[in-house]
Amino acid sequence: MVAEVVPNAVPYEIVTRTDFSDVTYLLEILEPDMAKAANPGQFVMVMSHADGERIPLTIADFDREKGTITLVVQAIGKTTREMQRDMVQGAHLHAMVGPMGIPSHIEGVKKVVCVGGGLGVAPVYPQARAFKEAGAYVIGVIGFRNKDLVFWKDKFESVCDEFIICSDDGSVGIKGLVTEGIRMALEKHNDIDEVIAIGPPIMMRACSQFTQPYGVHTVVSLNPIMVDGTGMCGGCRVKVDGRTKFACVDGPDFDAHKVDFDDLMARLKRFREQEKLVLDRWEQGCRIPEAPTISTPGA
Amino acid sequence: MAKKKTIRTIPQDRTPMQEQLPEIRARNFAEVSLGYELAAAIRESERCLMCPDEPCIRGCPVGINIPGFIAKISEKDFHGAYDVLTDTTLLPAICGRVCPQETQCEGVCTVGESLESVAIGRLERFVGDMAIAEGWSAVPYIEPNDFRVGIIGSGPAGMACAADMAKAGCKVTVFEAFQQPGGVLRYGIPEFRLPNEVVDAEIAKVARLGVTFRMNALVGRLFTIEQMLNDMGFDALFVGTGAGTPVFMDIAGESLNGVVSANELLTRINLMQARDFPAHDTPLGLGKKVAVIGAGNTAMDAMRVSLRLGAEKVMCVYRRGHEEAPARAEELHHAEQEGIEFHWLTNPLAILDDGNGNVRGMLCQRMELGEPDKSGRRRPVPVVGSDFELECDTVVYAIGTNSNPILGQTSSLALTDRGYIVADDSLATSIDGVFAGGDIVTGAATVIEAMGAGRTAAAAMKRYLGLRDSNLPYAPAERASSLFGLAPEQRNFVRVQVA
Repeated sequence: MVAEVVPNAVPYEIVTRTDFSDVTYLLEILEPDMAKAANPGQFVMVMSHADGERIPLTIADFDREKGTITLVVQAIGKTTREMQRDMVQGAHLHAMVGPMGIPSHIEGVKKVVCVGGGLGVAPVYPQARAFKEAGAYVIGVIGFRNKDLVFWKDKFESVCDEFIICSDDGSVGIKGLVTEGIRMALEKHNDIDEVIAIGPPIMMRACSQFTQPYGVHTVVSLNPIMVDGTGMCGGCRVKVDGRTKFACVDGPDFDAHKVDFDDLMARLKRFREQEKLVLDRWEQGCRIPEAPTISTPGA
Repeated sequence: MAKKKTIRTIPQDRTPMQEQLPEIRARNFAEVSLGYELAAAIRESERCLMCPDEPCIRGCPVGINIPGFIAKISEKDFHGAYDVLTDTTLLPAICGRVCPQETQCEGVCTVGESLESVAIGRLERFVGDMAIAEGWSAVPYIEPNDFRVGIIGSGPAGMACAADMAKAGCKVTVFEAFQQPGGVLRYGIPEFRLPNEVVDAEIAKVARLGVTFRMNALVGRLFTIEQMLNDMGFDALFVGTGAGTPVFMDIAGESLNGVVSANELLTRINLMQARDFPAHDTPLGLGKKVAVIGAGNTAMDAMRVSLRLGAEKVMCVYRRGHEEAPARAEELHHAEQEGIEFHWLTNPLAILDDGNGNVRGMLCQRMELGEPDKSGRRRPVPVVGSDFELECDTVVYAIGTNSNPILGQTSSLALTDRGYIVADDSLATSIDGVFAGGDIVTGAATVIEAMGAGRTAAAAMKRYLGLRDSNLPYAPAERASSLFGLAPEQRNFVRVQVA
């Protein structure tokens, strides 16, 4: 019935699929209107099939000429693993809506450190590029657990004036966390306007704590659990400066020194049990048709 | 003309509507109210006095010719009844179910002064359901023009405006941010009150008027209002983006796991099918003892879905009393029948942590009613020393919404200090050619009020574009069928281009 009333649904075709490792993959999706509208720091909500979840993914790149949006995804849960299997070149997403959120603030920043941790390297890249294009001096700091997980090193380096790569085990670049790279940048330059850090919450919290004594304005991009992403459900609420903010419409960028990261991390665990349940089903080679069951998970 | 009826000659008692028994329906998602059978509808239609005063029409936010459609039912001309309804409302099957009739048409019904009022909502629903079952469709003759109209949001306000503009001959595109159309009718109102298939059927009617839908389009971010007017060729726009961010109370424990807004709970269930988790991927995470804060329609919906999803105990926590509860009478009554535990005059102070970041209960205080406040309702004041703990593992906030900030962030639309769009009586905004209505202008309201706003805006938009409605009143079917053989709706619009 709904298909009937949506004759002009845009097919979100995957035009490029690249695998960076056995868990990280890139999707380049054709959506010319969105490519035109996208700005650094924004995100999309994606559904891979009609029965799927809406999941928020930060835009890793956009190409206005080709009309594409690029997402980099880590296969950790059921939905992202299923997408890893199904979203090959030529496949279509069921839905993609965006660009959502307030674009990152680029103007007026003269010297900036762009920090990407693991998968966070992808969403911080368009910001680094935008800063570079706006004439800022860009110091890139990216970190991975080890050499095998590295992606976009050259691409990232090409928009940076200085570039530091770190790895937990020292297999590439300097041995240590991204905070090591931030330390090097802050010790070398005393005129840094801003640090932008994107990655897992624990990494963003570490960056925030690290820069606080230096008094350098620090921005993080938060990715809490969302349902609609349009400012309606309130699922993405975060505590910033002691007040309730909604990451989807008030963010996703926030002043790191004001974010309550403990609150963020606790709320990200909200559906841990259910996430494990669907992942286990998925791993058992699921999709066995069965009658829908009413969920009554314990608290 | 029908024989003159009096209050003594009409059937005295209101014709009952069959309902699923409370103990059965509280565990399923099938519709609670089963609607009138044919004989019941005809009997109820005979209770209308056809009084010349017609207070019900004035009581209806969209001014439906209520005695007109009821007369058609009593004449067994059901298609005629449908024609009368669709002169004014596009969505009778929806409005008949979700309108708060007791404060609108039925609240001012002349019969209601002596007996129970005529069951106008049930009769409207009866006709709307028959139209869906029989595949009737009110597709009028449309004389196309070159105007392009964009509608932002596919909820009741947007749908009503889209339908009117399509009937006036404009090329209408509806932009919807979600993957399915319907707005609050889809994500908000649960299936036991408004089945999705009814929403689908009513939306299909709008599509048959030639309206196109673009899903997954977040206006403001994908296109701005200004781009739509200046670059995309839209001559006029209607903004009906609906409810905004949910209100929380800023009390301790609100970020514990197990605390959700009613909007989130209902969206997960209705739009994302979380009740079929894990067959559908969206989880719900509802506990066994659910406390819902608030006593409006959204609160009733949240409580009743919680019950249906296996909660053992569902509680309503409201700081005022039963009399002050803003919910529709029928919803409150149904919730009581289904076994919701009501804690009136109870105010939450803090949500309590079980030590693992989950809800274990809520600290509350008793209230008593004092002097009337600005809203005219008696202000609740705390009873000193009345604090107590209410055991629960899920807390649902249903105490209203704020405005959605997206269009304010991305356009030059003038906003109120609370972030709602400023619109005049005709619903024109501060930008020429842009009209707005529904919750984004008034704050939270009802489906029918939103539809009324959509129609008011459409009338203003037609004037703005130089299109004019004929002011012909509804003509009785006998005359209509002889006049060029056209149904009344086919002669509904006369277009005059104003230079």
